[in-house]
Amino acid sequence: MLDAIKFYQTGSKTVGNRLLNPSMRSNQASESRPNTLISGHRACQGCGEALGARYAIDAAMRATNGQLMIANATGCLEVFSTPYPESAWRLPWIHSLFGNAAAVGSGLAVAARVRAKKAGNTNVPRVIAQGGDGGTTDIGFGPLSGMFERNDDVLYICYDNGAYMNTGVQRSSATPPAARTATTQLVGSEPGADWGKGKNVPLIAMAHGIPYVATASVADLRDLEYKVQKAMSYHGARYIQILVPCPLGWGCASSSTVTVARLAMETGFYPIFEAEYGKVTSVRKITQKQPVINFLKLQRRYAHLTGKKGDPKVLARIQAMCDENIKSFGLIGDEVPETVPVAIQALERNQTV
Amino acid sequence: MLKQIEGSLGIAEAVALCRPGAVCAYPISPQTHIVENVGKFVKEGKLQDCEFVNVESEFSAMSVSIGASAGGVRTYTATASQGLLYMVEGIYNASGLGLPIVMTVASRAIGAPINIWNDHSDSLSQRDSGWLQLFCESNQDALDTHIMAFKIAEEVGLPVMVCMDGFVLTHAFERLDIPSQEQIDSFLPEYQPKEFLDPKEPISMGAMVGPEAFTELRFLIQRKMEKALDVIERVTKEYRELTGHHSGGLLDCYRCEDAELKLIILGSSVGTAKDEVDRLRDQGIKVGIISLKSYRPFPYAKLREAIGDCKKVVCLERSFSYGARGIICPEVKRAMEGTDCDIRTTVAGLGGRAIFGSTINKIVHASLEGKLKDEITWIDMDTKLLNSYLKDAEGVTVPEDALVDDSVLKATVGHA
Repeated sequence: MLDAIKFYQTGSKTVGNRLLNPSMRSNQASESRPNTLISGHRACQGCGEALGARYAIDAAMRATNGQLMIANATGCLEVFSTPYPESAWRLPWIHSLFGNAAAVGSGLAVAARVRAKKAGNTNVPRVIAQGGDGGTTDIGFGPLSGMFERNDDVLYICYDNGAYMNTGVQRSSATPPAARTATTQLVGSEPGADWGKGKNVPLIAMAHGIPYVATASVADLRDLEYKVQKAMSYHGARYIQILVPCPLGWGCASSSTVTVARLAMETGFYPIFEAEYGKVTSVRKITQKQPVINFLKLQRRYAHLTGKKGDPKVLARIQAMCDENIKSFGLIGDEVPETVPVAIQALERNQTV
Repeated sequence: MLKQIEGSLGIAEAVALCRPGAVCAYPISPQTHIVENVGKFVKEGKLQDCEFVNVESEFSAMSVSIGASAGGVRTYTATASQGLLYMVEGIYNASGLGLPIVMTVASRAIGAPINIWNDHSDSLSQRDSGWLQLFCESNQDALDTHIMAFKIAEEVGLPVMVCMDGFVLTHAFERLDIPSQEQIDSFLPEYQPKEFLDPKEPISMGAMVGPEAFTELRFLIQRKMEKALDVIERVTKEYRELTGHHSGGLLDCYRCEDAELKLIILGSSVGTAKDEVDRLRDQGIKVGIISLKSYRPFPYAKLREAIGDCKKVVCLERSFSYGARGIICPEVKRAMEGTDCDIRTTVAGLGGRAIFGSTINKIVHASLEGKLKDEITWIDMDTKLLNSYLKDAEGVTVPEDALVDDSVLKATVGHA
């Protein structure tokens, strides 16, 4: 079980895994760290999105030597970081609307290129557009697809916590089946979110043939940093989707954000991989496979599955989903899948019909 | 340079003269020819240091424009009708952020029923959006107003809609006098944004503002609008001196001296009305026209001055506010508050129904003969067509060939 994995802290090296050699360990704090999303913002305790954004944007700042701008969708990240007259961002940052971050990012990239060209400057600032899963997979999906299709020079980062947390935990198209949200409550014969709904945006992004697509997790910050850095080495449209647990929405302890995120990886619930030009090029292998119940039981949004009254059939379905992911993405073993993995919703729909 | 060209091409040439850095396009009639031509100029290298972005919706057209403008380049886009409505969330956002985007609205009706023809219901639906709205009489006026619009927008710190009648202007071939690049370069220098997103000096734009400062920010936009009244006049004066073109301004008076009746009209119908007013003047009928150029900001003082001591004013409106009345008329009444000026309004030219000289003639005679009984009268209503529906559906009819006003309307719903 998870307790077997030990972390150690030495000075500022708080997130290094003891199996890594010292040069590969992360610094939690250092003089050279950009601290682009600086402390003092209003995120909840244990916020996965704040953690993910801090590491992702700092990595991008390093990769671009500070020549970076952000377009931010409406949502928790925007609200907790910029309540007027405060801002926690130490880089050029704009919030416009809920559904248009990708398009605003495209516009910023145009402006940066044009200004640099006019000034005879070859150092063109780079652009990240970012939002939560609601702003990305639902309301911002059209502009996102447009940005992909035009191959605009924007890295889009989706902080996926599987629901509209900012408005009070409502279901999005990234909400997993059977999960409790305010609009998929634990009532009726099939409590929680419906089966056979939702979409896999990383796979859809790959179908656009864009240079780089990756999923990542706040449970593996080194992998996240590597992926952001790699994304910034490409020009054109790029997409990274980071699993960021929300203690409030998921009903887990605020001290368990990383644990829950790790279990999402180790159960196959959330495949972590990267793809270049539409093909999967690497998969983060499961190091210590866990049954999905270990992931579910830490979260009250699944309380109806894990208690004494839990329906074993539903639990088996979620386990089947994880097993299918493991197979489809090759999460165990040495292989990288040669075919494009299939969205897990296909399995759900197949069963439902 | 004189050219005999389509209005849309003229606008594209004007936009190119202003050297924008970003132009966004999504097709919607009747605006398409403008961005098609701008796109061509960019692709063939005639318009340099500019990127032309084909987006997937008007919502993204406005959003890319917001990003480009916030990124510090001069930004242009164009839309109409449904497209304008599709970008509304971005429209309000652009003005709230104070981004000096210039956008053509090739004015067109809004569905349902779908209708591609000209009226003013699209732009006027954005009355309260915080954009300046400048209406154009002719293609020359539209061409010149676009050039002035960039200067006005950048000085005021608000976006500008240049409203030109769809098809009637955009697709009409007329002689246009296009200023030279040297002239426009001297009039409109390279864009120097007051603030923009720059890694050298990072700022946060679009923060969340609560009750503690929201009202004050709204007041500041109103203050910009107030300032815009002066800026429009000053920029117009400068432009007229530079080019000799009589374009732009807050409003324009035609044969208003000693007029006993003044018509207030927006857009291309002014041209039609001018011809008819000339004929009426020849017959000794003292009628003049006030062409309202700036709808937002609304030039209350200037309009009051233009109406002067004239006792009869009739507005011609190409839009309507359901459940209320006209949209222009209440503004005119506000301008004339406390006077005994009689202000009526007429609704005509909806969804592309032509406004002929005879329409203007009918309005003038109806007014002078005291036939505009209510505040509002619908002109050129096809009462036969109306009755064909009303009779079957509800067993009521309106008198044929009537001027349809409130009393007629009320009679059909049983509140006479």
